[in-house]
Amino acid sequence: MTMAEALRDPIEPPPGAGTAIPKLSVRNLVKVRRSSAGSITTAVDRVSFDVHRGEFVCLLGPSGCGKTTILNILAGLDRPDEGTALLDGRAIAGPGPDRAVLFQEPALFPWLSVAGNVELALRLVGVPAEERRRRARGWLEAVGLGRHADEQPHELSAGMRQRAALARALATDPDVLLCDEPFGALDAQARELLQDELQRMWVQGEGAKTFVFVTHNVREAALLADRVLVMSAAPGRLVEEQRIFAPRPRRLDDPLVSRVVSDIHELLMSEVGKGAAS
Amino acid sequence: MRRLARELGPPLAGVAGLLVVWAVVSAFAGEDVLPSPAAVWSAFVRGVSDGTIPEAAAKTLIRLAFSFVTAIVIGTALGFGLALNEFARRSIRPLVVALQIAPSIAWLPLAVIWFGATERAVVFVTIVGAFPSVTLATIASFRQVPPLLKRAGRTLGAHGWELYRSVIFPAALPGYVAGLQQAWGFAWKALMAAELLLSAVRATGLGHLLARTPQDVPALLAALGVIVLIGVAVDYLVFTLLDRRIRGRRGLLVSG
Repeated sequence: MTMAEALRDPIEPPPGAGTAIPKLSVRNLVKVRRSSAGSITTAVDRVSFDVHRGEFVCLLGPSGCGKTTILNILAGLDRPDEGTALLDGRAIAGPGPDRAVLFQEPALFPWLSVAGNVELALRLVGVPAEERRRRARGWLEAVGLGRHADEQPHELSAGMRQRAALARALATDPDVLLCDEPFGALDAQARELLQDELQRMWVQGEGAKTFVFVTHNVREAALLADRVLVMSAAPGRLVEEQRIFAPRPRRLDDPLVSRVVSDIHELLMSEVGKGAAS
Repeated sequence: MRRLARELGPPLAGVAGLLVVWAVVSAFAGEDVLPSPAAVWSAFVRGVSDGTIPEAAAKTLIRLAFSFVTAIVIGTALGFGLALNEFARRSIRPLVVALQIAPSIAWLPLAVIWFGATERAVVFVTIVGAFPSVTLATIASFRQVPPLLKRAGRTLGAHGWELYRSVIFPAALPGYVAGLQQAWGFAWKALMAAELLLSAVRATGLGHLLARTPQDVPALLAALGVIVLIGVAVDYLVFTLLDRRIRGRRGLLVSG
């Protein structure tokens, strides 16, 4: 297989995914938005895709392309106007701890300590009190916040807060992680550290977790994803699918990764251009 | 210790300044117009030692505690209900706002018609004075819970009552406590006014002391001083410290 083939592989489930029901499935999803002035725009326009168990999929597109809307529908926080969103073949009825969400902002509860935030997540899925403390500590150690467990969220840096949110999301051992540009608001260094961390944890988890990761950052997508779904400017449609085979842990200077970056970048620029011209 | 000095220094300096101005004015205007601080102090000591002030303060505080707790219960229940139902909120909230703006002492004549010139009339006016603040603060504090935190709670598996318990109530707490602090001020004002105006009835509160001693200006000022002190003490020791604790924990205090 040449490199070009490796990059432009047609839709085909990754090895191991088999013919099983996809973990997440989106069919002809449509979401319209009503502005306060009363005009109606299509935010998501007949989008369909599957995400297989253990797959890391990035939804990539210019801002306003509806990628966050799709993620919210998968999280059960929003409902589609048309089409279906399925989890394990069943319609998604609402949010649940089987699908953890990492928001752009950490969304930590400011009245609880860092450990308290993680313990709350564990309490909500029925973990007994004495085990909650131990497991919360464990997850905070895992994201490098062991020494900050008893601090309040506001005492942490922005990057550390997002780490704490990651610990809270992973603590309940969800099947699916839905990430809405979780590193978008961080400085470059904190972002790189967290991207590395996320890769490492995903590799350690041996594909047990399914990721849908929304970003507008091409490098981030190329670094993290098995598959990148590229969306057009509004109304959001899927315009391209790129499978990335570069081995993990990846680095941005990996030629395979940088090749993907420049390909997607080119595509995205033309999409943004279309959006601006229309 | 140094923190305490830094905290209490300026207000104590203000009080000292007031005493100086007071003494000077009193010296020029004459003791019969404005008694000197020393005269008021001795009236206060007299009032305490003969039992009038402690007795009146105790009666007043019992009345106040009952009225304030009742106002909190009514105000919170109503506010919570109105926070949940939009139609009810839009129809009833304006009435509560109107009630809060109106001087609560204006209800006293009606209260006397309903309950007679009794303790119950005084308590009624105090409750009516205090509960609208609690209701409005309850509504506002629920509506100001950041949607992101609710969404985060829901994705962690909290819904229904559990979402209230673990996310919405704690998130609403700072605004609610601020409402209680405001309600305390309203309750205290309403109670003093009602006691003052209904002084004929079982004349045993601090407000009655004001009415009973019009010729004895030092005793009048001593009673006034006790009223001011109780108001400030509760406001600071209960509400300001509680508010600071809650906000400090959440990083909402501006330092320096």
